[in-house]
Amino acid sequence: MPQASPDPRVISAVDLDDLAVQRGERILFSKLSARIVAGEAVALTGANGAGKTTLLRVVAGLTAPLTGIVRFEGGGRDLPNEDARREHCHLVGHQDGLKSGRSARAELEFQVRWTGGDRSSALDAAARLGLTRLLNLPVRVLSAGQRRRLALARLIASPRSVWLLDEPLSPLDAESRGLFGQIMGEHLARGGLILAAVHDPLPITSRQIRVGA
Amino acid sequence: MRLLILLLRRELALAWARGGGPLLALGFFAAAVAMLPLSLGPEPARLARVAAGAAWVLLALASLLSLDRMFEPDFEDGALDLLTLGPLPLEAVAALKCLAQWLVTGAPLALAAPIGAIALGAKPAAAPIIAAAAALGGIAFAFLGGAGAALALASRRGGLLIAVIVLPLLTPPVIFGGAAIDNFQSGLPWLTPFSLLAAYALAAAALTPFAMAGACRNAAS
Repeated sequence: MPQASPDPRVISAVDLDDLAVQRGERILFSKLSARIVAGEAVALTGANGAGKTTLLRVVAGLTAPLTGIVRFEGGGRDLPNEDARREHCHLVGHQDGLKSGRSARAELEFQVRWTGGDRSSALDAAARLGLTRLLNLPVRVLSAGQRRRLALARLIASPRSVWLLDEPLSPLDAESRGLFGQIMGEHLARGGLILAAVHDPLPITSRQIRVGA
Repeated sequence: MRLLILLLRRELALAWARGGGPLLALGFFAAAVAMLPLSLGPEPARLARVAAGAAWVLLALASLLSLDRMFEPDFEDGALDLLTLGPLPLEAVAALKCLAQWLVTGAPLALAAPIGAIALGAKPAAAPIIAAAAALGGIAFAFLGGAGAALALASRRGGLLIAVIVLPLLTPPVIFGGAAIDNFQSGLPWLTPFSLLAAYALAAAALTPFAMAGACRNAAS
């Protein structure tokens, strides 16, 4: 297993403080406060369009909240958000950023190295997720489930504390779901945090937060 | 540094695959140079007079061709999110994208420009200055074009918007570059317009990454 090196700045908690989020003219949710601590998984539930994806993007700093703030704590103090997000956050969503014209290997290696891993950790992660055989194919020919596994591989290959996952399991088959559940469990055991938008329950112990009115 | 190379290699691969890479721009340039005598008439004297200027304008237009694909695919497939959550600031990412765009289309065009101009009747002695002006102008075109492409993100009919944003910004380098080549050919001092072209290109390269990063953040939110 690729192990997270003991980083003193690893995130110990993510604090969501009184968040309100607007999309277009509509307020999706407001007064959302939560604290996610190391070793904990939180499942965000709610109807379609309730703002689960937007909340993940707010935590990742891609979308600005209408009110409220997100704080990342590590080493007993608040880390600058910019650094925390650049170095300690993974976001995997429906839009996986994989280029359909390039080979799975090239895309995996780029995503892993860009987020702080290296070539060998990328290959290990691919092996773990059963992707080794597919690496020479262009991303275009992969199935939805294979593509998702390819996108999830960077979670294993580049150790980062905070995993922001948008429907991580939806295209996966039962076997891959089980495997990914195990991987999430290991991440939590190492002191990671998981915030996942889901419709089906996560295959690990998790606290549920309902998003939306 | 390792990350800069990693990203540059990816951007080069993507720029190379984008709309035929250098072939599209070169093909457009070659076709336009070949058609010019058909519309202007084949008299060498007339062609020679417009050769350098025409080649220069065609160059600017050729470099506009694949601009709309610079940021749009990354925005649509989520790669922009991944790039934002990476170790380099978005400003550096944007600058590298423009550099890749220049290496893939601007640099080949800079090599083709003197050939096109000479084919139209420019003096062969002007080839180095045409290539140099095209290379510098190409930097301005790539960075200003990138700014246009980033600003047009998330808008429908972005291509039209890019042209509207970018064309006015491209006028100064077209004027400076055209003047430098023209002055050189008629034996006038050419260094002043050439320096202005260089200054404009460098200013574009220095300033537009901030605009591009801001535009990308805005589009993603």
